[in-house]
Amino acid sequence: MERQAPPASAADANTSVMCQLVSPEGDHLGAALYLPNNVGPPQLQEIVNHLLHNEDKLPYTFYVGDEELSVQLGTYMQQKNANVEVTLRIVYQPQAIFRIRPVNRCSATIAGMFTWYTLYVHSFIPTKHLIRLYAQFLSAGHTDAVIAVSFSPDGKCLASGSGDTTVRFWDLSTQTPLFTCKGHKNWVLCIAWSPDGKHLVSGSKSGELIVWDPKTGKQLGSPLTMFLFPKLSNHLMCLGHRKWITAVSWEPVHLQSPCRRFVSAGKDGDARIWDITTRKCVISLTGHTNSVTCVKWGGDGLIYTGSEDCSIKVWETSEGKLVKTLKGHGHWVNSLALSTEYVLRTGAYDHTGKTYSTAEEMKEAALARYKKMRGNAPERLVSGSDDFTMFLWEPTMSKQPKARMTGHQKLVNHVYFSPDGQWLASASFDKSVKLWNGKFVAAFRGHVADVYQISWSADSRLLLSGSKDSTLKVWDIRTHKLKQDLPGHEDEVYAVDWSPDGEKVASGGKDRVLKLWMN
Amino acid sequence: MPQGDYIELHHKRHGRRLDYEERKRKREAREVHRRSRDARKLLGAKGKRFAKKRYAEKAQMKRTLKMHDESTSRQKVDDDVQEGALPPYLLDRDQTQRAKTLSNTIKQKRKEKAGKWDVPLPKVRPVAEEEMFKVLRTGKRKTKQWKRMVTKATFVGAGFTRKPPKYERFIRPTGLRFTKAHVTHPELKCTFNLDIISVKKNPNGPMYTSLGVMTRGTIIEVNVSELGLVTPAGKVVWGKYAQVTNNPENDGCINAVLLV
Repeated sequence: MERQAPPASAADANTSVMCQLVSPEGDHLGAALYLPNNVGPPQLQEIVNHLLHNEDKLPYTFYVGDEELSVQLGTYMQQKNANVEVTLRIVYQPQAIFRIRPVNRCSATIAGMFTWYTLYVHSFIPTKHLIRLYAQFLSAGHTDAVIAVSFSPDGKCLASGSGDTTVRFWDLSTQTPLFTCKGHKNWVLCIAWSPDGKHLVSGSKSGELIVWDPKTGKQLGSPLTMFLFPKLSNHLMCLGHRKWITAVSWEPVHLQSPCRRFVSAGKDGDARIWDITTRKCVISLTGHTNSVTCVKWGGDGLIYTGSEDCSIKVWETSEGKLVKTLKGHGHWVNSLALSTEYVLRTGAYDHTGKTYSTAEEMKEAALARYKKMRGNAPERLVSGSDDFTMFLWEPTMSKQPKARMTGHQKLVNHVYFSPDGQWLASASFDKSVKLWNGKFVAAFRGHVADVYQISWSADSRLLLSGSKDSTLKVWDIRTHKLKQDLPGHEDEVYAVDWSPDGEKVASGGKDRVLKLWMN
Repeated sequence: MPQGDYIELHHKRHGRRLDYEERKRKREAREVHRRSRDARKLLGAKGKRFAKKRYAEKAQMKRTLKMHDESTSRQKVDDDVQEGALPPYLLDRDQTQRAKTLSNTIKQKRKEKAGKWDVPLPKVRPVAEEEMFKVLRTGKRKTKQWKRMVTKATFVGAGFTRKPPKYERFIRPTGLRFTKAHVTHPELKCTFNLDIISVKKNPNGPMYTSLGVMTRGTIIEVNVSELGLVTPAGKVVWGKYAQVTNNPENDGCINAVLLV
């Protein structure tokens, strides 16, 4: 597109602004344009769609400097008192084409013993019926705190792990329990769905890992523990975790399909790669001197582990060699997040609800999604720590952190990249959730106690946080305001998850109930 | 007053007696015999004291032995499933910190529903007016007897302004005024020193409530914001009721138990 002729008269100059549209990567889109003052984001959106020759119109947001442009250009220039003689750089950011409605009501509460108790107290049901009801309720809800909840990658199934040593699968269409899986010897601390949705792995406090089949609710083989071969336990002691499992992460589906391998992190300072077909620990990643708190399997075939020995290690997955050690934190590393994490988690499934018949198809679709998400930028990693700071790394490029993010007044418990990779949210024990994009953007205040976990909606427009103060809160990323307050839990909320299809939110906590929220 | 380490200094300069080690060994060897004789022979209060001391020593020794045993023998760690499961990100955190926070569990709510005034001390001794108030005689001839002084502990709010002393009917002595109470949380078994917000109910009568008199059994409202309690809707609870469990006028402090 050619540069437009400058306006003829001085009066015109006052009513138009010279603008340059820039992509998020920094490429110029066409030449600089003279745009009339009354042009706002909707008009800019049309211009961008036109210039990019998009067939179906995509939504965009526009940023000048670091601020979002939400008013007309003329109003903006007046407000900022900006120089009209300089070209205004407007960065356009593509948005998700679908929009997720905020959840605002609790649609189901699935409780254990306590519900039965209230039933017992408040009703006049004959005893023999009560006993049957009791059995039903006992099998219905968890009987101890719900520690982990997770939606399947296609958003159709929900699993939860609890302190009552069971893993439970839930039927989302009827909101009733599907399977109760017993097998662990101690609290189930973490669960993870394979990105193709065919397996669920759970790790417990006694150090065993069990792979479940979500279709039948049955255990696949024996648990993967340190006593795999009891007779040979003397020299196979190092086979499994000696202490509890802190995190589990699957190999992305675009690297291998169907999913076979996953990595688990343990309190004993090791991370292990397991193969579910051979049912063995393939590689043991040893090197951390203290408990490994977090593990992520990156899209480029690297494993990232964060540990209580203040370092982050990057491992190569074919032989388990240590590639890099990222140092910088002054205290425990609590949480890691990858910019591509959401795509890795959901694999081939996107908002359209497409299903795939073969593993190859799935792999290709997942690879395409991953490539589209990553673009040509390297994978970014962010780490939240006990030293109240966060570091942004590009582990494939350098050992030095790209940015240091300070501002929290207490430890950072959870960090999470938005699904489009643009934003970064952090949950801290200082009762706030903060939003970053390499730099500080906004703080969400409203919780009255430690914020434990956060979760993004699939369109990156909403953020959910669960807190010790027994509430969940939904925050609006655009306005930086509280969108919805979700009280209902009777005690601390330990786990939250927003389903990838955006319809539901699940939360579990110390009050032993699992709640499903909808709009 | 300590006189310095002149004995040690002397030992350093001149050494000990030549038979010091020998004498020490013998004294220690005789010690057990002396103790066994004492155990048999001591009578009365002395015997009681001795037995008590010996009992404590033995208990301590048993504890130490057990501790040593534990450190040598391989024990099963976390084998049985405990109550109160925690997510992995809280497992390594300080447990004492968690003891102070509390949970508004269902059990607790149920209790609240059962009766608001279902208190730890359901009955208290009634306090007579003569005991509660001391009559002050006023006037030039000390014939007027309408002024009263409260002889119990009181809480006087921050915004209280005295009436002109001439017309002040009730005197609440500053020495018996309290602003803080030691409040025990019955479930956490922790005690906190909390600010008193107000006196909610004195069982002896509404007049004492309005005067802010705190006797045994009185319900007071305390500021619990530092305990970090939250309501089901996620708001911080800052005022909570507590019942006084001691006789503040005798003890010089207020002990109370939180009503949950």
